[in-house]
Order: sequence, then structure tokens, then C-alpha cells
Amino acid sequence: MADVKDLVFKAVGLTKVFGFGRRKTVAVDHIDLELFKGEVISIVGESGSGKTTLAKMLLGLINPTEGDIYFMGEKRDISTHKKKQEYWKNIQAIFQDPFSSYNIFNKIDDVLLDCIHMRGGRKLPRAEKVKLMSEACSFVNLKFEELTNKYPFELSGGQMQRLMIARIFLLKPKILLADEPTSMIDACSRATILDMLMRLRNETGMTVIFITHDIGLAYYVSDKVYIMEHGKFVEFGSADEVILNPKEPYTQRLINDVPKIYEEWDLTTV
Amino acid sequence: MANVMLEVRELTTKYITRFRENVYAVDHVSLKVEEGKSLGIAGESGCGKSTLALSLMGYYFPPLHYTSGEIIIDGRNISGMKPDDIRKSVLGTEIAYIPQAAMNALNPTQKVINFIEDVIQAHDPYKTKAEIYDLARSFFETLGLPAEVLQKYPVELSGGMKQRTVIAISVILFPKVLIADEPSSALDVTSQKMVIKMLRDLMENGYIKSMIFITHELPLLYNVTDDIMVMYAGQIVEKGAAKQAVFDPLHPYAKGLMGSIIVPESGLRDVKLTAIPGVPPNLKNPPSGCRFAERCKYVRPECRATSIPLYELEDGRAYRCILSEKDLRKAYQNG
Repeated sequence: MADVKDLVFKAVGLTKVFGFGRRKTVAVDHIDLELFKGEVISIVGESGSGKTTLAKMLLGLINPTEGDIYFMGEKRDISTHKKKQEYWKNIQAIFQDPFSSYNIFNKIDDVLLDCIHMRGGRKLPRAEKVKLMSEACSFVNLKFEELTNKYPFELSGGQMQRLMIARIFLLKPKILLADEPTSMIDACSRATILDMLMRLRNETGMTVIFITHDIGLAYYVSDKVYIMEHGKFVEFGSADEVILNPKEPYTQRLINDVPKIYEEWDLTTV
Repeated sequence: MANVMLEVRELTTKYITRFRENVYAVDHVSLKVEEGKSLGIAGESGCGKSTLALSLMGYYFPPLHYTSGEIIIDGRNISGMKPDDIRKSVLGTEIAYIPQAAMNALNPTQKVINFIEDVIQAHDPYKTKAEIYDLARSFFETLGLPAEVLQKYPVELSGGMKQRTVIAISVILFPKVLIADEPSSALDVTSQKMVIKMLRDLMENGYIKSMIFITHELPLLYNVTDDIMVMYAGQIVEKGAAKQAVFDPLHPYAKGLMGSIIVPESGLRDVKLTAIPGVPPNLKNPPSGCRFAERCKYVRPECRATSIPLYELEDGRAYRCILSEKDLRKAYQNG
């Protein structure tokens, strides 16, 4: 078990309720979550299980109805805009749709410059900034010289997603939340993106949270897997334990439904 | 020898862009699907999978244009036919096509039964509504879809149910070939399984005679189809039985593709995923030699010189590479 000192993030009894009375929907229901330094976890669930609502709460985009969030041992305080900005230096996200993740009016230089400024590099000389930016781009196999003076929509989906990783490379957050980072790109580019994320994790020692419905991906990348159903974690534990030896019927069904190549895919149990 | 349901000989189709450039997205593709068999088409985005699916219908609308080649469905050549004739006598009865976002194509103001009436009356105007209802009802029940669906509007159905309804509507005239282009990519795993089960039932009960299944998800393709064809930059680069194509691919591109499979099975975490660097070539001016040369690990100078033919092996396999089967296997063993 990891040391208490390495505890980066802790959520206790996190709950989100939308609506009230008869129309009440409990999207996230009393979830406890502990994240340690350098850990990769996956939250797996079907559509409507509350994965994204949980992600939004962790990011501080929506307020939880109930429950507390502790960050670096202290209670998270994002009551003012300034505090929020401070918090977002430590937690960053990659979203599902790379096409809508960027401000369409900002050139790519600005996207990357913003990250340098956020890390307190506003006063750096121009040459230094360019060096940092090209370093970030070469980390994700992009050429900075080709990207200057371009707008995000001039890139392909895979390139945009890689630029997103270049941002993370510059920002070096403590926690990275990846919300379905590979569901919009095809299977071949998926390996590249995952490889880059894992390399970045090894270099910076950040904690990565994958939110996905792809069980194969969750199994491949993560140390711990949390299976989510109707706003609750029905099963969690180490990846090998949960995926290869599931206890809960829900998890068993979920894993059964994924097409496999070594085992027979049983079509009779629908 | 079983009946050949669909045979395509050297089909070439092109897109004409607004700058009058020709983009050959399907380049001399030949394939054959026998009765009761299914063929899977794999490949990256932008490799011409969906264009091939569109071209197979013989129904072209700008910017897609027919260039050369033949499409023969159950002995009948449809490649030179007029669009109107194609619509009257080919679509629906001979070929059914399920596009990627099929479930969003349902008109929200119509009930499901209305779509079915439309389809059937277009081909047989003398059928009464009562007859059509009985027919649709029994057809839906054999497929395991509740008959209440017929009286519902599309918004009342869930995503998986909508997709299955669309498939049922498209095959209600019992076509000889069903072309399914990513029929399950927008669905979660459970609904995906239901859709696949339904497609398999359709095949087994003989409602459709053969199927072409397009997806980039290889584990799915492996489980659904008998044969797999890998496309790259508009050309076929590998063809073979599903098992061979997945576990023993010959072409370096197919090899790279199979190396990126992620399945939740033991042993996966020890495997290093292989990614293919780079992007497919621009088809406006494709490379003269091997189209994969830029991204290939085993590239040789002679690869770039001449275009490479598809080498057919005796057991129905084919691959498009300058290296011999033996050399390729040796290269893969050495990593």
C-alpha cells in the first residue's frame, strides 16, 4: 500500500443529484476515491453511469451536492475564480472530442504559450519560450515549425489530440484526467496516444485517471480499475483482479460483451 | 462450389474535387463473396473503406464517380446501369446498405411501420397496409424485436434498438448482399453484441445471403466475419481467412494493425502495442511505388520504384508486398 504522504487526491462521499422531487436523478452516489502519486486508474462504465459527472466534479466544473474533496492533504477550496485557476494548474484534462477542445480563434502558438504563462513563464525571453514549445511538440511527434501560424481546425483529429498532450507536457499537472481520450480516433493511432501518455506519466510522475468504456484499454494502461454502475463503484481493485477475475455479475456481463480474439465470444447470452 | 453472391473485378472509383483533381479512393479492388459468407474490411480512417462500400452499390452521386471495373451480383452485372434503374431493381432487393450513422436517418415524425410501408410499396405498390403490417410483425418477431416497436416513433427507442430497427427495415426485402458500415461503432458493448447477434441470425436464417462488414475494430471483425480484407490508401494490401489475417498477417501494414489490438484478456499487459508512425498518403498524387513505403519498417529502395501487384497464394490469401512470404516471416521474427 502506498504511503499516506503520496496521497494526492481524496474524495469522500461524493454525490451529485440533478433535479428534485419526482424528477430527481442521482448521477453520482456517495463515491469514495483515493489517488496516489504516479498511479494510473481507470473508471469504466457504460453510457449514463455517471462517469462524466464524476469527472466534472473532480475538475471543479460543477459543485458536488454532498461530499468533500481533499487535494494534497487539504480541503479543496475553489470558491473564487483565482483559487480555481490555482487548482487547475494541478489538475488538467484531455477530453473526448479534440475538435471542440480548442478555442477556434486562438492559433496553436497561443495555445502553447498560454501553458507556459500558466507555469509562470510569462517573463521568459521569446527564444526560451520557442525552445520550450518545440520541445513539447517534438515529444508528441509534431513539428513546431509546421504548426506556427496555424489554427487548430487545420490539424487532423489525431494531431489535435497529440497537441493536447503537448499542453500537458508543458503544464506538468499533478493529476491528469483523460475522458475517453481515444474514442474518436481509430485503433492504430490509439496505440500512439496511449504510448505518449504513459511516457509522460513516467517522466513527470503525475497521476492519471482514465475515464472510458473500453475495457481493453482500461486493462492495458491502468494499475487500478473502478467499475461504475448507476453512480456507484460496483467493483474495484487491481486491474488483473477486476478484469481477469470479476466477482460482480455486472462486471462479468460487461467483460463478456467485449469481443475477444483468444477466447470464444459467446453470442448466446444477450 | 457455393454460389458467388457478389463479385467485383478491378473496380476503380474516384472523387472529383472542386479543383478538378481526381482522387482514386478505390483503386483496382477485386473481391468475391460466396453465399452464406461474410467479408470484413479493415483499415485506418481515410483508407477508402467507406468509399468502397458506397461504390459497391453501383449508385454514384457527385463527387463520387465510376471509372472502371465490374460489379456482378448473383450473375447480374450492375456496373453500367443508370441510377434510376439501380434504385428500382438493385437497392433494397439485391444490395442493402447500412451507413455509419444509420440510426439518425429515421425521420422523427414517422412511425417505424411507415418506413416499412414506404420500402415495401416502392417495390410492390399493390400490397395493402394490413398485409405489410402482418409481414413486418412476423419478421420483427423472428429477429427478437418486440412488435410494439412498429407503432413507435424513433425518439421513443433507445440507441441500440434504433440501430436494430434500421437493420431490420433495410433487410425486409431479403437482399442478397448486406453492406454494414460500422453498424455498431456508436453503441456501448451490450447493444453492440445485440446488433452482431441479429446480423448473425439474419445470415443463419437465410434472410440475407452474404454480408460485407466494415469496421476498424479488429477483435469485432475477427468474431463476425469469415474472411478479412485490409485496405490501405485505396488498395487491398492483405486478404485472407479471419484467423490468418489476425494471427498471421503478411503485409507489414496488416502486421502493424494487428499489433494495435487491445482486448481484455490475460497476457495483454505484457504485450507492447505497436503503433504505425505517420499518416496515410494523400491520394491526390499517390506515391508511384508501394503506397506504404513511407511508413514501412522493412522498406527497400526497390519498393519505391514500381507499383506492386497483389500476389495471390494458393489458399486464397493475397498480399501486396515486394518481399516474399518467407522473407516477411523472417523479418517479423527478427522484430
